[in-house]
Amino acid sequence: MNEPTTAMGYRRNVLDSREHVARRTPSKTPSGRAQALGLRGAVYAAAGLTFFVLLFLIGYILVRGIPYLTPSLFEWKYTSDNCSMMPAIVTTLKMTGLSLLIAIPISVFTAVYLVEYAKRGNRLVGLIRLTTETLSGIPSIVYGLFGLLFFVTQLGWGMSLAAGALTLAIMILPLIMRSTEEALLAVPDLYREASFGLGAGKLRTTFRIVLPSAMPGILAGIILAVGRVVGETAALMYTAGTATDAASGLLSSGRTLAVHMYCLSSEGLHTNQAYATAVVLLLIVLVMNTISALVARKLTKS
Amino acid sequence: MNTKIMVKDLELHYGTFHALKNINIDLPENEVTAFIGPSGCGKSTLLKSLNRMNDLVEGCKIDGKVTLDGEDIYGDMDVNLLRRRVGMVFQKPNPFPMSIYDNIAFGPRTHGIHSKRRLDEIVERSLRGAAIWDEVKDRLDKSALGMSGGQQQRLCIARALAIEPEVLLMDEPTSALDPISTNKVEELVEDLKKDYTIIMVTHNMQQAARISDRTAFFLLGEVVEYSETGELFSSPRDKRTEDYITGRFG
Repeated sequence: MNEPTTAMGYRRNVLDSREHVARRTPSKTPSGRAQALGLRGAVYAAAGLTFFVLLFLIGYILVRGIPYLTPSLFEWKYTSDNCSMMPAIVTTLKMTGLSLLIAIPISVFTAVYLVEYAKRGNRLVGLIRLTTETLSGIPSIVYGLFGLLFFVTQLGWGMSLAAGALTLAIMILPLIMRSTEEALLAVPDLYREASFGLGAGKLRTTFRIVLPSAMPGILAGIILAVGRVVGETAALMYTAGTATDAASGLLSSGRTLAVHMYCLSSEGLHTNQAYATAVVLLLIVLVMNTISALVARKLTKS
Repeated sequence: MNTKIMVKDLELHYGTFHALKNINIDLPENEVTAFIGPSGCGKSTLLKSLNRMNDLVEGCKIDGKVTLDGEDIYGDMDVNLLRRRVGMVFQKPNPFPMSIYDNIAFGPRTHGIHSKRRLDEIVERSLRGAAIWDEVKDRLDKSALGMSGGQQQRLCIARALAIEPEVLLMDEPTSALDPISTNKVEELVEDLKKDYTIIMVTHNMQQAARISDRTAFFLLGEVVEYSETGELFSSPRDKRTEDYITGRFG
C-alpha cells in the first residue's frame, strides 16, 4: 500500500545524493565522472535489487499458493486429508494474545521505571539495559530450549499454550521495552513540567500525560512483537508442540500457522497446502500492519 | 499591602554552582511583580523556587525560607497542594497533546473534580478568564496543538487558572509570541491581578515598565534592586541597575 510513496521517497533521496556527489567531486575530470556514475549505478542497482527480490518472493508464494486455497483448507477440524489450517489460525490468535498479555505490562512498566523513576546513573538501570540487550540478541532456538527445559519439563506443563506463550513473552519483552523506552524519552519535558505545575503527582503525570503521548511509539514496538510471534517456529516447536487441534486450554498443545506450515512442508506430502498456508500468513501480517498503522495515525492526530 | 510570598535568606546551588545568593524579597498580594535581568542571572531560578519546580532538577540544593501566607513551603506543605495554590505559565506554550477541553479539565480532574457539569463550568470560566473563550468555544473537542502560538499560551494561562490558584508565576510568557499576541497576554495580566498575585519573569524591560507594579533587578544570582516599577525605571539607586535599564549591558 505504501509502496509508491516509498519508491518516490527513494528516488528523491537518490536525486539529492547525486547532486551532492556532483557538487563535491569535480566531475570535469574523467575519473570523477566515472566515480559519480559508478556510485549512481550502485545506488540504483541496490534499490532495484531489494525491490525485485521482495516482489519475486511475494509473487512466487502467491502464484504457488492461491490455486490451492480451497474451502476444505478452512474447515474447523483438521484431518490428514484436508490439512485444514483453521485450528492453527485459532491457536495463532490465542498464542499472540496470551504472549502480549504477559509481555506488554511487564515491558511497559519496566520502561516506565527506567525512564521516569530511576535516578540517572543508577546501577540497576545499567544492569536491566544490559540484560535486555543480551536477551534480544539470543537466537530463538535457545529460547525454545529454555522453554522446553523449564516450563515443559521442570514445571511439568508439557507442550502447551502456556509454555509457548511464556517463552514467546520472554522473547518479545526486550523488543517492546526498548521501543517504549525510546518513545518515553521522546516525550518533551515541557509536558511533564506542565503537569507537575498543575499539582499533578508523578503517577498521574506518567500515566495520564506521558504514556498517552508515547502511545504511537509503544504501539510500533507491539507491532514488531506481533510480527515475531506470528512468524516464530523454532521456539514454539519445543514448547507448544505440534498438536493439530486448536489448543483448547492453557495446558493443551497446539500449532500456530507458522509451525503448521513448517510441519506441512517438512512432511513433504502437502507442499501445495504449505504454500496456501503461507498466503494466509502473509495476509494476516499485512492486515495487522495496516490496522496498526491506521491506529497509530489516529493516535498521533488526536 | 499584604505580603503574599516572603523569601528569606534564600541560597540555591545547582551542584557546585551558586545560582542564588542571599535573596530577601517580599512579594505583595494582588500586584504584578516583574523580575528583570540579563540571561543566567537567576530570575527564572527564583521563580521556580516559589512553587518548588526546582525539586525536579537533580543536584539542586536550597537553603533559607520561602513562605506563602506565612507557611513555610519547604516545610510540611504538600508539594502538589502548593502547586495548586501557586500556578505556573511557562516560557514556551506547552499544551498537552489532547483536546482543548481536556487540557483545561486536567488540573481540576487532578484535584478530584469529575462532575461533567462542574467541569463544563470551570472550562468556560477559565477560558473566559484568559480571554480566549470566543475564539475556541466551537472547537473545544479539537486538539490544542492545532492552535496558534499565542492562542496556545493563553490556553496555558486558562489551564493554570482552572485550578484556582492564588499566585500565578509566569516565566517569560510572551517571549515566544508575536507582538499582537504579546499585547493580548499583557492586557490579560493587568486584568488578572485583581484576583491573583502575579510574578513574572521578563527579558523585555518595556514590558516590565508597562504592566508591573514592582520590579526586581537581578544580576549574577543577587537581587540588586527591588522597588516600585516607576521608581526603579526613573531613578534607580544602584549604578548597575541604571546601566542595565539604559542599555549599557545585558
